[in-house]
Amino acid sequence: MDFSFYFDLPLWIRLTLQGLAVILVLFPIAAACSMAERKISAWIQGRPGPNRTIPPLLAWVPGIWILQKLGVFQLAADGGKFVFKEDPVPGGVNKFYFIAAPILAMIPALSTVTVVPFGAYLDSAGKLVPIVLANVDIGLLAVFAVSSLGVYAVILAGWASNSKYPFLGGVRASAQLISYELSMTLSVLPVFLWINAPGGQGTLSLFDVVQFQSQPGFWGGAWFVFTMPLSAFIFLVALFAETNRQPFDMPESESDLVGGFHTEYGAFKWSLFFVAEYCHMIVGSAVFILLFFGGWNPLPWVTLTDSVNALAGVLPFAAHPLFMGALGIAIFLGKILFSIFFFMWVRWTLPRFRYDQVMNIGWKKLLPLSIANLIAYTLGIALLHK
Amino acid sequence: MSSDILFYLFAVLTTGSALAVVLNKNTVASALSLLISLVGVAALFVLLDAFLLAALMVFVYAGAVVALFLFIVMLLDTYGGDRKPFKKATIVASAFALALLVLGLMTFTRRGSLETSVSAATTEVVPVGASLRAYGEQLFTTYLLPVQIVGFLLLIAMLGVIVLSKKFEGLEDVK
Repeated sequence: MDFSFYFDLPLWIRLTLQGLAVILVLFPIAAACSMAERKISAWIQGRPGPNRTIPPLLAWVPGIWILQKLGVFQLAADGGKFVFKEDPVPGGVNKFYFIAAPILAMIPALSTVTVVPFGAYLDSAGKLVPIVLANVDIGLLAVFAVSSLGVYAVILAGWASNSKYPFLGGVRASAQLISYELSMTLSVLPVFLWINAPGGQGTLSLFDVVQFQSQPGFWGGAWFVFTMPLSAFIFLVALFAETNRQPFDMPESESDLVGGFHTEYGAFKWSLFFVAEYCHMIVGSAVFILLFFGGWNPLPWVTLTDSVNALAGVLPFAAHPLFMGALGIAIFLGKILFSIFFFMWVRWTLPRFRYDQVMNIGWKKLLPLSIANLIAYTLGIALLHK
Repeated sequence: MSSDILFYLFAVLTTGSALAVVLNKNTVASALSLLISLVGVAALFVLLDAFLLAALMVFVYAGAVVALFLFIVMLLDTYGGDRKPFKKATIVASAFALALLVLGLMTFTRRGSLETSVSAATTEVVPVGASLRAYGEQLFTTYLLPVQIVGFLLLIAMLGVIVLSKKFEGLEDVK
């Protein structure tokens, strides 16, 4: 197969196509996550969950009841409902900001994915090329910067609703997200101290982090979760708080704030908040996997390049760059989906923290812990490089 | 050139929203205009090839500082309408400041000393704010003293806030 015609296209067409392709994958996964959430919560609580919905004609297809029982068609029904339902704008809200908030939620959620690499392939020269929309040197910083803008959607939604419960949710969100951003940033610093050996140009690229975890040898192939478990743990806890997931879903907390920041929202606008939250979760877990779980490498100490080379001995088409790219993306996506499952598992297992507990954990436990972690690793890395 | 168009676009966006910060009656809308203004400044940094500075600008100022502003604004519950109209002295002073600024800019562009210094740098110069290494090196060598002084200023401000906001009971000498 020859794909040179694709590379002959003008750059802007290729970039548009690539961007559309990524959004066309990300958006349905984010939507399907809401369905998975209902099904997984049902299994954890010993209920069957959604298992009735099926389009009339499809019911005649033999064997399709398996999909019906898994609730696959419920997703389409839910999506259709959100689109066609009446979209009320309550009286007394600040209309401009009320409508702007869900749009503002989607923009950072979909744009952070541009700098996240999700696979790699060997080109004809034998060089590993990342599959990413924009391979920038400041990759991680760009993800943090853009995703930190996501908080404004929650604050604005809470404020523009002109109602007490959403307002409390918005205020909580602004305090919580700032509190946990600090620990999150500090927790990844040891990783970048370690990969930026003296003499280098200095990089924050996520692709380089994966490359660093794909080196030969015992220490070269070890994922950072083995060498820096505390960093990984702090990052994960902060990620839960940043994505407003239980046990940190203070802005929402339906038991004391009705629905939190989205109490006054309904129909399509409400669903946009939810797709944005799942997009944040997907991108957040993608970054977590790139940093600590070896990205697209299938197993620790087994890199993607090695496994493709081993496969090429048995199957001749495995040597094709397209196969390698697809395999890398599939492995990476599998890890992300497991991570999403983990998010849901935690949500339906742990109870919600009280607000003062959230602040205590953030400022009195996690932040000192991440500073101590940073100092310890700085000293260790300085001694190792001596 | 397309970068010129982008420059004008973001320059207008930055200054326009900066004006909106001052003129808006609604405090939340003011804070949001500040947010847009900061994002515009970050875009100007991108046009100068200072990608690191742009990302830091969005991360620190747009992402965290304005969110804190909004938090405080909402906590104090200062809704629109209670902002007093400008005093006469304020208007005179700001007009004077504007005149000074325009005068300064005029002399700056008329003398054209900026243009020669830029064209003097003939070879490709890596912008200080472009890469981590270039930025860090400048920060820890050329600009070490200013960085330390600014850090010290921030520390003093922080201590001042703690002293002002905390009620010290039975500690007469602190007051």
